[in-house]
Amino acid sequence: MILAVAEHRRGELRDVSLELLTAGRELADAGDEELHVAVVSGDVDAYAEDLDREGVDAVHTVAHGEEFNHDVYRQVVVQLLEALDPSVLLMPNSVNGLDYAPAVAETLDLPLVTDAVGLERDGALEVAREMYGGKVETTVEVDTEPVAVTVRGGEWPPAEGTGDAAVEAFEADVDESQVRSTVTGFEEVGAGDVDISEAEFIVSIGRGIEEEENLPLVEALAEVTGATLASSRPIVDNEWLPKNRQVGQSGKVVTPDVYVAIGISGAVQHVAGMKGAETIVAVNTDPNAPIFDIADYGVVGDLFEVVPALIEEFGGEAPDV
Amino acid sequence: MKVLVTVKEVQQVEDEFEIEGTSIDERYLEYDLNEWDDYAVEEAVRLEEGDVADEVVAVTVGPERSEETIRMALAKGADRAVRIWDDAIEDAGLLGVGAKAELLAAVVEEEEPDLVLAGVQADDDQFGATGVALAERIGFQWAAVVNTLDHDSLEGGAAAVRRELEGGVEELTEVDVPAVLTIQTGINEPRYASLRGIRQAQRKEIAQMGLGDLGLDASALDGDVELTGMYEPETESDATFFEGDAGEQAGQLAELLRDQGVVDA
Repeated sequence: MILAVAEHRRGELRDVSLELLTAGRELADAGDEELHVAVVSGDVDAYAEDLDREGVDAVHTVAHGEEFNHDVYRQVVVQLLEALDPSVLLMPNSVNGLDYAPAVAETLDLPLVTDAVGLERDGALEVAREMYGGKVETTVEVDTEPVAVTVRGGEWPPAEGTGDAAVEAFEADVDESQVRSTVTGFEEVGAGDVDISEAEFIVSIGRGIEEEENLPLVEALAEVTGATLASSRPIVDNEWLPKNRQVGQSGKVVTPDVYVAIGISGAVQHVAGMKGAETIVAVNTDPNAPIFDIADYGVVGDLFEVVPALIEEFGGEAPDV
Repeated sequence: MKVLVTVKEVQQVEDEFEIEGTSIDERYLEYDLNEWDDYAVEEAVRLEEGDVADEVVAVTVGPERSEETIRMALAKGADRAVRIWDDAIEDAGLLGVGAKAELLAAVVEEEEPDLVLAGVQADDDQFGATGVALAERIGFQWAAVVNTLDHDSLEGGAAAVRRELEGGVEELTEVDVPAVLTIQTGINEPRYASLRGIRQAQRKEIAQMGLGDLGLDASALDGDVELTGMYEPETESDATFFEGDAGEQAGQLAELLRDQGVVDA
């Protein structure tokens, strides 16, 4: 059996939950096994209904608390593993997935492979994953069972259709004395003067800008073209631009008509936030930068030459940086 | 309070490179302190500067070459370092999450810290799991992907943190101490080492420990996860590239933006 563990937050299943079902079904087919999914905490019956997609054989619900708590998840998932004995345990490679998956693997002494972007099984489980910021792809093999795997979001399509899964309440025994962390609230961050998720034309800047002193260059481009200025994570980490300008997994998801990525390599976390743009233009010195894989138009060149020339094309004057 | 910071010297790959078997050809590698660990070191040093911590110890698993990188952590303010390495570890190749957790756990047993700070992930192998695995192994509480730590809260025996979830949402969480926190970039602004710091770092202790010193044997390195292949991802780019010098490229790009109707100028 393949066992997937769904993820939800503040009353909604997260997309990765349905993607896990697709990945899980493929593995289940390869090994002629069943696909089960577990959902823990919150309105589990509603979640179970949503998780009952084509190819799901059973949904195990565990009603305990409302939101994710890693101490609860660790205990429940360990008990599910002991009761169901799956060959592969699939969890999301999300911030919360990485907050309990290593603890589950450690508790049961299971091999753990994180951030899977491909899964194959022909005897041993073969997992494709990236290293060095996506510059290489690797395969790792695990030839024991069970094995714990966290799956990257957005790599598999969501499972569709309606299944006829058996929905069963799983009687988990949560030891409250082992719950040593408390979630006290949530906060939306990145509110402010501009909502980049509404912008139609975005000029976005990344690590390639090198120094804070060089920012006026792209600010001038945004000004002369009427674009909204946004950025990748490092610029916000350095506090060169406020958090509300950050595009990506932990920032905003944007869907402009045109997105011009300047000096942005195109890490998967950034791409997650802008791949929905209608037209993507990338300017980068590295012809192998992953940003070009999703770009419609590319300029291989030095932004410190291309951007001033572009400003002049629109009748502006490039600041000295 | 004693703070242990896990640090790693990571491999960085040049834009052009060659693959030899299941690793990158040494000629195309550079070495640096893992970016996430730089933030973890900074947070630990600030705890000491604020008199919340009274000692900061950096621990790493790495060959002799990595001492240069570990000295960077010392130059930034860590008090001393422990470097785990021996021939058996060298021969073991890529260490799995469980093996790393076991090595670090042995150091925790020795050092008895109250707080462990670890980077969210290493830049090179991108497992993102060692900190939480370590916490489970040593019986500490933990929080993954922390981007704010309330220093005052530590005095009261709990760590009040913010965890950076996806989509611009932060989770406010309190965890019991002792704890392992995995530190996200942006939690602070890491300092550059000062000349004085660099000089002082030369005199700080880096204790080298092998498996035997930690009361372990080679079985600690056993793992069931084997790296079997490494290849360059096929480039899938079907972008139209603008050719010519910067001026010509800019001209074509300007035309595109006008055609798309997003720029009137």
